[in-house]
Amino acid sequence: MAMRRQTAVLTALLSPVTLFLGVFFLLPLLIIAVFSFLTPGLYGGVEWAFYPWNYGRIFGWADGIMEIYEPIYLQIMARSLGFAAMTVVLCLLLCYPVAFWVSRLPARWRLLFLFLITLPFFSSLIVRLYAWLLILKPSGLLNTVLLGIGVISEPLEILYTPAAVVLGMVYVMVPFMFLPLFSSIDNLDRALVEASMDLGATRFQTFIKVILPQTLPGILGGAVIVFIPSVGNFIVPDVLGGAKGLMIGNLVEQQFLSARNWPFGSALSMIVMAVVLTVLLTSITFAKRKGGQNA
Amino acid sequence: MALLEIRKARREFITPEGGRLAALDGVDLDVAANEFVTLLGPSGCGKTTLLRSISGFETLDAGTIRLDGADLSALPPFRRPVNTVFQSYALFGHMTVARNVGYALEVRGEDRQARSRAVGEALEKVGLTGMGARKPSQLSGGQRQRVALARAIIGQPRILLLDEPLSALDRNLRQQMQIELKTLQHTLGIAFVFVTHDQEEALTMSDRIVVMRAGQIEQIGTPRTIYRQPKNRFVAEFIGETNLFSLTIDQIDAGLAHARTAEGLQLRLPAGGAKVGDKALAVLRPSDFTLSDQGIAATVTKAVYLGSDLYLFAQPAVGGPEIRVTARDSAQAPQVGAVVHLAYDPAAAHVLEAA
Repeated sequence: MAMRRQTAVLTALLSPVTLFLGVFFLLPLLIIAVFSFLTPGLYGGVEWAFYPWNYGRIFGWADGIMEIYEPIYLQIMARSLGFAAMTVVLCLLLCYPVAFWVSRLPARWRLLFLFLITLPFFSSLIVRLYAWLLILKPSGLLNTVLLGIGVISEPLEILYTPAAVVLGMVYVMVPFMFLPLFSSIDNLDRALVEASMDLGATRFQTFIKVILPQTLPGILGGAVIVFIPSVGNFIVPDVLGGAKGLMIGNLVEQQFLSARNWPFGSALSMIVMAVVLTVLLTSITFAKRKGGQNA
Repeated sequence: MALLEIRKARREFITPEGGRLAALDGVDLDVAANEFVTLLGPSGCGKTTLLRSISGFETLDAGTIRLDGADLSALPPFRRPVNTVFQSYALFGHMTVARNVGYALEVRGEDRQARSRAVGEALEKVGLTGMGARKPSQLSGGQRQRVALARAIIGQPRILLLDEPLSALDRNLRQQMQIELKTLQHTLGIAFVFVTHDQEEALTMSDRIVVMRAGQIEQIGTPRTIYRQPKNRFVAEFIGETNLFSLTIDQIDAGLAHARTAEGLQLRLPAGGAKVGDKALAVLRPSDFTLSDQGIAATVTKAVYLGSDLYLFAQPAVGGPEIRVTARDSAQAPQVGAVVHLAYDPAAAHVLEAA
C-alpha cells in the first residue's frame, strides 16, 4: 500500500517536469528529426513529402539534379570537430595548472578567484567577442603592442583565421573547463600524493600514476562540457572566423535564416547531434571502465 | 652507531593568530636497527611532525637527521629509504590491491615477474593471499590496513614509519593488529617508528617509548620503566591510571621515609636520598593497593565493574583526593559505602624526580 502511495505521489510531483521537457525539449527535437526527411519548401518551410537528398547532399547519394553531393559539408563537420577538440585540449592545458594553484590558496583567495572566473558571464558574449575583434584586428591592441616592442615588423593576420576562432572559443569555454576540473583537483586526497612519493615515485611518476587518474573524472567532465557547445558554436566563428573559420553551426544557421532550406538545416543538426552523442557515450563508457576509483 | 640519529631537531609553525609554535623543540632521539620505538603523546605534542621529518614531508628549521650516518635533510621523500603507513591508509583507489602493494617496485622499474612474486609474498605476510585482484573499495577497514602495511614493507625500507595506523579500527581488531605488528616487526627485522596517542597501544608493542609533550621529549624508556618509574608528573598521569600524592617527609627510618599529605594521610616510601622536611611527589598505581584488614581507612564512593576486576574509588577517612584501587571481583567485593583498608608495599611507591 505504502509503495503504491509513494508511486502516486512521485507521479504527481514529477509530471510537471515531464510535461515541460516533453513539450519544450523532445517535441522540437522530433520536429527537426521529421523535417530532415521532408522536401524543402520554395520560400522556407517544408512540403510534406519524403525527400532522401538532404542527407544525400552530405553523404554522397544526391540525385545529381535537384541536389548535388558536395564534400564541403563533411569537411566543415570535420573542421568543427577539430576546432572543438583543439579548444578542449587548450582549455585543459590552461586550466589544469591554474586549478592546482587555486586549490592551494587560502579559502578567501579561492572564493575571490572562483568569482573572477565566473565574472565574464555578467556581460554579453557578443560584446566580449567584439572586444576580441578590436584586440586582434591588424591595427588592434595586440599588433600595436607587438610592433611597438619590436617583436614583429608586419601586423599579424590573426583575425578571420581558424586561430582566431579557436582562441575565441577557448576564451568562452575556459570557465566551463575550470569548474569541474577545480572541484576534482580540490577533492584530491593529498595523502595519496604523499604516499606515492613516500614509496619512491618521483614527482613526474606521481603525476602520471596517481594525480592524473585521480582527477580523471574532472578532466572528462570538463572535456565533455567544453566539447559539446564548441562543436555547434556559431557565434565565435561568425564574429572572428571569416570564410576560413566557418563551422557547422554557421552552416545550420545559414540554412534556416538565409538559404531558407529548413530540411537541409535539420539534417545537418541531426548529424551534429549524432556526433556529439557518440562522443558523450564513448566518454561515459571510458569513465565507467576506469570507475570505482574513489575508495 | 644507531641506525637513526636525530639531533637538536627544531621545527616551528606559524599559528593562524600569527604566533610561533615549536612543534619540535630540540629533540634528540636514537633508533637502533630492529627496534620498535613508539612516539607517544597528546595531540599537538609534535610526534607526527617528528615522523614527517623522518619521511621528508617536513623540513627541519634546525638540527639533523642521520640514517646510517648519512644526513637525510637534502633528500626528497622519494629518495629516502623509509616508508610510511598512513593514518588514512592512503590507498590508490584506481589501482587493484596487487598494484597498490607493488607500487614501490613499479616506480623503481622492476619487471612484472619479480613484482608479482614480491607482491604475493607481501600479501602473504599480512594474511591477504588471493586478494590481489580486488579494488581497495571492496575491502574492509582492517584489510585496507593490511594492504597499506604490505605496500610499505615491499620495498624493504630501513625504517617503517607508522602514523597512528590503528586509530580507525575497532577495539578487537586493534588489539589483534597490535600483536601482529609486533610479530611482523620481529620477522622483518626492520626498525618501526610508531606514532600514537594511545598509551595502551604503546605499552603493548614497543621496545622503547618516547613520551612527548609540547615539542619536547619528556622521557624515553622501556614500557616497564615508563610505567613504573615515570620521570615526572606528566608522564605519570599520561601513562595508565595513577594515584599521585604530594607529601612532606616526617621521618626516615631504615631506608623508609615516613611522609604525610597536607590532609594528614600517612604513607611510607623508599627514602632514596631524601631528608626530613623534603617535599616529595609519589606515584602508586591502582594495582599497587590491596584490600586488607589494616592500612589506609577509606570509604568506597564508586565501584566500576570491569569484568574480572573492580575499579574502586575510595575516599580516605582523613580527607584529601580519592584513591583509585583495582580489586579482584568476587562475592565479598566491597559495595559503595563500605569502609575498606588499603594496604601497599612501600617499595612499590615511586618518587618522582621532579616534584
